[in-house]
Parts: sequence; C-alpha cells; structure tokens
Amino acid sequence: MISANANILLGVRGLRVKVAGVEIVTGVDLTVRAGEVHAVMGPNGSGKSTFAKALAGHPAYEVSGGSVAFDGHDLLALPPEERARAGLFLGFQYPVEIPGVLNSAFLRLAYNTVQAARGGEELDPLEFDDYVREKMKLLDMDPGFLDRSVNDGFSGGEKKRNEILQMALLDPRLAILDETDSGLDIDALRVVANGVNRVHGPGKGIVLVTHYQRMLNYIVPDYVHVMEGGRIIKTGGKELALELENRGYDWVLEEYRARAAA
Amino acid sequence: MSTVLENLVNQPYKHGFVTAIEEETAPKGLSEDIIRLISAKKNEPAWMLEFRLKAYRHWLTMTEPGWPNVKRSKIDFQDIIYYAAPKPKKLASMDEVDPELLRTFEKLGVPMHERAALAGVAVDVIFDSVSVATTYKQRLADVGILFCSMSEAVREHPELVRQYLGTVVPPADNFYAALNSAVFTDGSFCYIPKGVRCPMELSTYFRINTQESGQFERTLIIAEEGAYVSYLEGCTAPKFDTNQLHAAVVELVALDNAEIKYSTVQNWYAGDEEGRGGIYNFVTKRGLCKGASSKISWTQVETGSAITWKYPSCVLLGDNSIGEFYSVALTNHHQQADTGTKMVHIGRNTRSRIISKGISAGQSNNSYRGLVKVGPRAENARNFSQCDSMLIGSRCGANTFPYIEVKNNTAKVEHEATTSKIGEDQLFYFASRGMGPEEAVSMIINGFCRDVFQQLPMEFAVEATKLLGLKLEGSVG
Repeated sequence: MISANANILLGVRGLRVKVAGVEIVTGVDLTVRAGEVHAVMGPNGSGKSTFAKALAGHPAYEVSGGSVAFDGHDLLALPPEERARAGLFLGFQYPVEIPGVLNSAFLRLAYNTVQAARGGEELDPLEFDDYVREKMKLLDMDPGFLDRSVNDGFSGGEKKRNEILQMALLDPRLAILDETDSGLDIDALRVVANGVNRVHGPGKGIVLVTHYQRMLNYIVPDYVHVMEGGRIIKTGGKELALELENRGYDWVLEEYRARAAA
Repeated sequence: MSTVLENLVNQPYKHGFVTAIEEETAPKGLSEDIIRLISAKKNEPAWMLEFRLKAYRHWLTMTEPGWPNVKRSKIDFQDIIYYAAPKPKKLASMDEVDPELLRTFEKLGVPMHERAALAGVAVDVIFDSVSVATTYKQRLADVGILFCSMSEAVREHPELVRQYLGTVVPPADNFYAALNSAVFTDGSFCYIPKGVRCPMELSTYFRINTQESGQFERTLIIAEEGAYVSYLEGCTAPKFDTNQLHAAVVELVALDNAEIKYSTVQNWYAGDEEGRGGIYNFVTKRGLCKGASSKISWTQVETGSAITWKYPSCVLLGDNSIGEFYSVALTNHHQQADTGTKMVHIGRNTRSRIISKGISAGQSNNSYRGLVKVGPRAENARNFSQCDSMLIGSRCGANTFPYIEVKNNTAKVEHEATTSKIGEDQLFYFASRGMGPEEAVSMIINGFCRDVFQQLPMEFAVEATKLLGLKLEGSVG
C-alpha cells in the first residue's frame, strides 16, 4: 500500500557490491516506505540475489560503494545478526542444511534472541511449542518439522515453508524474500503467499526477488523494478510484471540502452 | 569468518592455577628402589610389590609404540617424579581437608561436599596421588558396595584386588600399561555385589597438581552377576609449561547379566596457543564382558591434553554380551588426539555399537582409530560403527582409521563415516535469524554431539555441554 507520507524503512543509495573481487551490484537506488511491497525482477545473473544477501550482511559480499539506511540508521555498520535483531529478514533462495540441530531448538533460540534484543518476552520450551504450532498451522506445516534437523532432508517446498515460518516468528519490519516462489507447486505457492500476507502490515515492508509473475498474483506489489547488470533499469507498477511475463526482458533492455545512448 | 572463529576457539584455559599445598615427593627417575619406596609408602603386601617389580622388569624390555598419528618430543622417563603426596594426615571428616584444596575444587566448580549432598554423588577425591577423602562410603556399604581408593582396597580387600587386578589389562599389555602397573600410586576401586543396583552415580574427580609429577592412576571396577553401576570420571589440571605424562589404566569386569556404564569428561591442560606444555594422556581402558548377557558402555568427552592416546575397549567374551563406545573428542590449537575403541567379539550373539564424533579446530589433528574384531566362535556377532568428523577452520585435520577383522561369516559389521565443516553459509544463516557466531557454533557442535551427550548422566551432560562451550566460545555457558 502506497502512502507518500509513510516513513522510509529502507533507503538504498548507489549501492555497489563485489563478490570475489568482481562487482556484481553496480549502483542500486531503492526506497521502501512502510506498508509497501516491492518486487525486484530480472534475468538470471542480473544481481538480484547478490543485492539481497548484501543487505542482510553476508560476509562474502563486499560493499564497495553507496549507503543503506534502515529506519534511519546506517545498516551497513551492523553485523548481520544485529540487522536481523533490528527487524531485517532475508528469506533464502537456497536455505542451508544444518544437520544435528533440531528445528525446534533453532527456531526458539532465534525467536528468543530477537525478542530479547527488542525488549520482548522470551518463551520457555513449552510456551514456545504452543506458539510455533499456531504459526505452523497458518502455513499448513506438519508439527513433525519441529523434531527434524534444520532444513536437513527437506524438499525444496518444505524449506521455503520453513523460511516463511521463521519470518512469521521473527515478525520483521522489512522482509527480503529471495525467490521464495521457486520450487513451490501452485498449492504450496498459495499457502506460502498467504503466510507472507498475514505477516505483512502497515508499518512493514516487503521486497520480493523473483523471476516470475505468478507469486505476484498473491502478494500484490506496489512497485515492480527490473534489474540488469547490477542496477535497476526500470520501475513501474504491478502491471509491469504482467508485461514482463508476456514480453520478456529484452524490450526493457533495449529501451534502457536507447535511453543511455541518447 | 575465519577470524571470528579463531577468536572463539582461542579462549585461554580457564582452570590454569597451581594449588600451594605441601608435598612429599620422591626424587626424579625410575628404578626398583623407587618402586620399593612407593610400595612401602603405601604399606602394601608383598604380592603387590611383586606385581609391580614384575611389570617394571617387563617394561624395561619394551619400547614406546610408534604407530599413533601424533608428533611429539621423546619422553625422558628418568626425568619424572613417580611419587608425590600431600603430607599424610588422618582425616576424620571433610572439615579437616586442607581449605586450599577445597578452594581448588570451588574454582573448578566442584563443591565436593555440597555436590555429594545435593546430587547424591559419592566423590572419591584423588588429589595428586593419594585419596584425601571418601564420602558416602557408609551408604554404599549398607548395600554391600565397596567404593574406595585403590591403596585402601589393596590393604582392606586384598583377595578381590588380587583376583582381578591385571586380568583385563595384563601388565605386559603395552608400554604404558606396563609402566602404570609398576608405579601406579592410586586410583579407584569399586565392587558391586551380586544383584545390587548401585543407588547413585559414583564419581571421581582427578586433578594433577605437582609440576612434572607423572600420574599413574589405576582403577578397577567389578560388577558381580546382575549388578549395575554407573561411574563418572572428570578431570581438569592447572597450567604448566612442562609436559606432564599421564598413563592411567582402567579395568572393568562384568559378570553374568551385569552392566557397567563408565563416563568420562576430560579437560586437562592442552598446552598454550603455540602448543607448548600440556598433558600427554596415554591411557589404557578396557572392559571385559566376562559373563553372559553382560554389558559395558564407555562414554567419553575428551577436550583436553596436548596428546591423547586412548582406546576404551570391550572384550565381549560372554554370549549375548554388549559393548558400546560413545565418544566426543574435541581438539584445538596444536592438540593431537588419536583415540577410538576396540570391540573384540569372542562369544556368540555379541553386539557392539561405536559412535564417534571428532571436532577439530585451530591447527589440531584428530584421529579416530578403531578395531572391530570378530573371532571364529562369535556366531551372529553384530557391529555398527559411525564415525563423524567436523572441521572448524582450514588448518586442522581429521582422520579415520577403521580396522575390521572378521573370522566368522555369520557376522554383520557396518561402518559409516562423514566429514563436515562449519561453513560460512551456516553461520550466516544463524546470523540472519539474529544469532551470533558464538550461539551458532555452540548449537552446531551440540547438535553434532547429541547422540553421545544423550548417553551421559544428566548432570554430566550439562557439564559436558558447558565444557565444549568453554573450549569453543569462552563466555557462553
């Protein structure tokens, strides 16, 4: 929902990011106000995931220029765990497996750590069990997930549900969801999208990184950005996603090149 | 990431302090005269001295094993003090124990008397080489259990000691066992009579205190028919620059339907960040499932020592007997561990299970070495082995050396092994959920070790978790 007076949650200015010495993000500007949903689309290798991971603070992604303000504070000065505690959430495209660590213990420690940082109430294992089971119902998840190792042996779809479960538990101000739709069948997509919508609210923002328009049928974006060569080359409304679905990305590129040449 | 991890795993040893207690020490070096001195100091019977001298004479013909996967300087066995004891005193109660000693236990978090009272644990305290105090003896005596120092057992229960000592680990078994048999100064003795379930966890806290004094503990546990005992051994040691040799021998005997659980948490001084100093821990631990349907279970959490050379083993002689080995071995800095087990199947329908978890950090080297041997008579023997290694950082090493010898074609032997690494992406995943590297490493390690920690008695499991916390994270725990 667009409201011009809403406060700015995320202010990205001229962001450049290097991976293994190669600049992948070459100057991104993006403003996300409270209540807004932004979709970042673009072909493979355009820098979308790199942009997402750099915002969350992955140590292998080196910020080589620009600035990021989160709720008015310098996001880049914080280590990744403090970004999460401050209310930034990254839903991973490929959630990592952590054999041996029980999902229930992982989720509870994450929840309590973030609650403690925000001055909220921490939950003991029994209280947390009740709480997490409620959240799992929203995502149509089997409670058996709690007794398995984190993401270990999960199918692609199960991993994505587990990501959105974590989003629901941590209740972030800004969620960056990196290709959450990939690997989901159509029913699972609807369930996951509904889960995201329930967590979203007026004071919060969402950045959806995706290849496809289909997710946007459920989570309706206020803005659609096209990324190419590590920068945003076009921004439009939700109708832009449909146009991209029909026409592909080439025309956007040509338009951009023509503008650049002129 | 590597610097974060390095800071985490480079916490200095927290139990590094020396207790000022008056010592009575023998001169350095080993000879028949020294052995006679030890035996005389302990008022031993003639057969005990004979046992020692025979072992010593055999030891002189032996050489140190060269096969462990460790690098170290040569030990000068004439540069070691073989006897050191706090000045002998008669102690009527705990109140008479040297307050300095009690403070040492406080610093280690082992408030002995409180712990004994609150947790119902009888603590047979070994301080250097002589037992200072034994608690709960009466309650155990009421059900016929003998639990005392080895010195006392030699004097008070010579018939039992003589019957079993050296029957599981013969004096000539190996170089260090022979040395131990010649010069052992003390240790624990435990006898559970027929049909008795020991009503509490038996616990001994070892602590090396005299600089450059070798430690040669000797422990003997006997469970008669249908008896059950769970025995806990925990160790810490103060910080020294000179290498200290520790060569203990532990013998377990389980008769028909008896069960012995032996749990160890070991945190001896491992040397400094450069690998100087630290304990050499060359231990021979072996259990004999002598009776039918008997069971011996070893659980160990090894976090200390500069070099660990240790293979708690089970000889499955009785039909239907069971041997188990659960191990967590953590090495850091320049520590070296070559540890594992031997399961020797002799009787029919014998079963064994090996779960080994090795964690290597810093520039350490961690090897699992295990032998599963099935003899010709061991019809339907079963073994399952799982050996998992975890690497933290890129300068450490992990090795697995499984040996399997099967001489009966009805046997089933399974071996599984994995190697994993705490990766940057795992740490980032934790971080993106608000959890810092300390929480992440602690959680991953505890998850990795869960199968072993589940085998520990509750309070020991908590202690072990804390210990790994101390070793890898400093403030956590």
